[in-house]
Amino acid sequence: MIREIDVKDISMHVENMLIDACENIPNNVLKALEDAKAKEESPLGKEVIDRIITNDLLARNSHLPICQDTGVVVVFVEVGYDVHFNGDIYEAINEGVRNAYTKGYLRKSVVRHPLDRVNTKDNTPAIVHVEFVPGDKVKIDVAPKGGGSENMSSVHMLIPADGLDGIKKIIMDTVFNGGGKPCPPIIVGVGIGGNLEKSAILAKKALFREIDDESKDPILNKLEKEIKDEINMLGVGPMGFGGTQTCLAVKINCYPCHIASLPVAVNIQCHAARHKSIIL
Amino acid sequence: MEIKQLHLPVSEEELCKLNAGDIVEITGVVYTSRDAAHKRFCDLLKEGKELPIPVEGLAMYYVGPTPAKPGRVIGSAGPTSSYRMDPYSEPLLQQGLKIMIGKGPRSKALKDMLVKYKAIYISAIGGAAASISESIKKCDLICYEDLGAEAVRRMEVEKFFGIVTYDTKGGDLFEQEIKKYKKI
Ligand code: SF4
Repeated sequence: MIREIDVKDISMHVENMLIDACENIPNNVLKALEDAKAKEESPLGKEVIDRIITNDLLARNSHLPICQDTGVVVVFVEVGYDVHFNGDIYEAINEGVRNAYTKGYLRKSVVRHPLDRVNTKDNTPAIVHVEFVPGDKVKIDVAPKGGGSENMSSVHMLIPADGLDGIKKIIMDTVFNGGGKPCPPIIVGVGIGGNLEKSAILAKKALFREIDDESKDPILNKLEKEIKDEINMLGVGPMGFGGTQTCLAVKINCYPCHIASLPVAVNIQCHAARHKSIIL
Repeated sequence: MEIKQLHLPVSEEELCKLNAGDIVEITGVVYTSRDAAHKRFCDLLKEGKELPIPVEGLAMYYVGPTPAKPGRVIGSAGPTSSYRMDPYSEPLLQQGLKIMIGKGPRSKALKDMLVKYKAIYISAIGGAAASISESIKKCDLICYEDLGAEAVRRMEVEKFFGIVTYDTKGGDLFEQEIKKYKKI
């Protein structure tokens, strides 16, 4: 049986989720910030995290965007094989973005061409990734992704001989060189394997995992914890003002790759880790 | 935590007394601009034209706020990454700009310029944009409306929280603090 889905519903949900995401920090992110505040050894670092938490609560209670950079919208859509849309799913998503950013008083941060740099004035287009899965459901994940942390991300084509040490070095260097620019405490999304574009998408997808989600892959599970601890020894600290709490979580996703390759992508997410999800 | 009150405009003498790591609350007028407006400023100066805003002795805040909801002065208004303004900063310092407010580390060249022109760089807390908007008491659009969030605004701020990050003597808060906590 084919299930019909009205694309107008998609627009409506995308709109609601984006406004909600921009104003409402997820509880598990807030909890991670509280934990980091308790553990932070730098007095200034503690003060910074305290002010971030105060901000996030004010945003939630007063319906204000947590951060003025309400980002470029990244959407992952999982479409069941048995679903049929009655219209253009991409346009439906963009319609939701348009409505959210105009009605929701969110900042429009997209230019129509990277070189002429004219603002599109409604924050479209979104960056949309569609995947097909078994079943008759549609899962939509949205995240307004800020430019500050995105700019501190990178992709590297390592070789097999670089191994785990090579991967760790890339991650540590990326975080250390970013310093305070991506608004730490950060979440680090890592994609290992695939090829150039696959590794980047894996890293992005890793950031869509809940902050308290633990990898089911035993190797990655251990690695995520290990790398988080090592990042927190870099000394960068909240907003780069020094401290022990640079990173709230590390999320690693991987995929098979060529015998000659070891692609690694590192996608940085700032403390304003905004994300909403719905299953239709 | 001791907080120093910084009233704008500030004399060079007073500015030179501030050190990297000082916590300040800023009260007075700041002008806003980001990448696109900076580029226009520099193009104007290159052509020998006047800037649309006064900069001598003043403070520039790197911010692109969200639109104000009804009844509010401004939307959320936290700092943007300052290093992107480094390539445009010298002409403005030559015009007498004294305080830059943003977030994150900047180039060595910029730090040297601050020493040369006796100016300072203050960090606001990135992402604390809703809280920061509470310290903005008045906000007027000055020019470049076509740039949307990147338009130039004049803001009157009161007790705007900041941390002196680079001072007039080459002091660098990031450098001083990170090494204290670096264990690898
Ligand atoms: S990096 Fe994140 S918290 Fe910082 S300004 Fe950008 S969106 Fe906001």
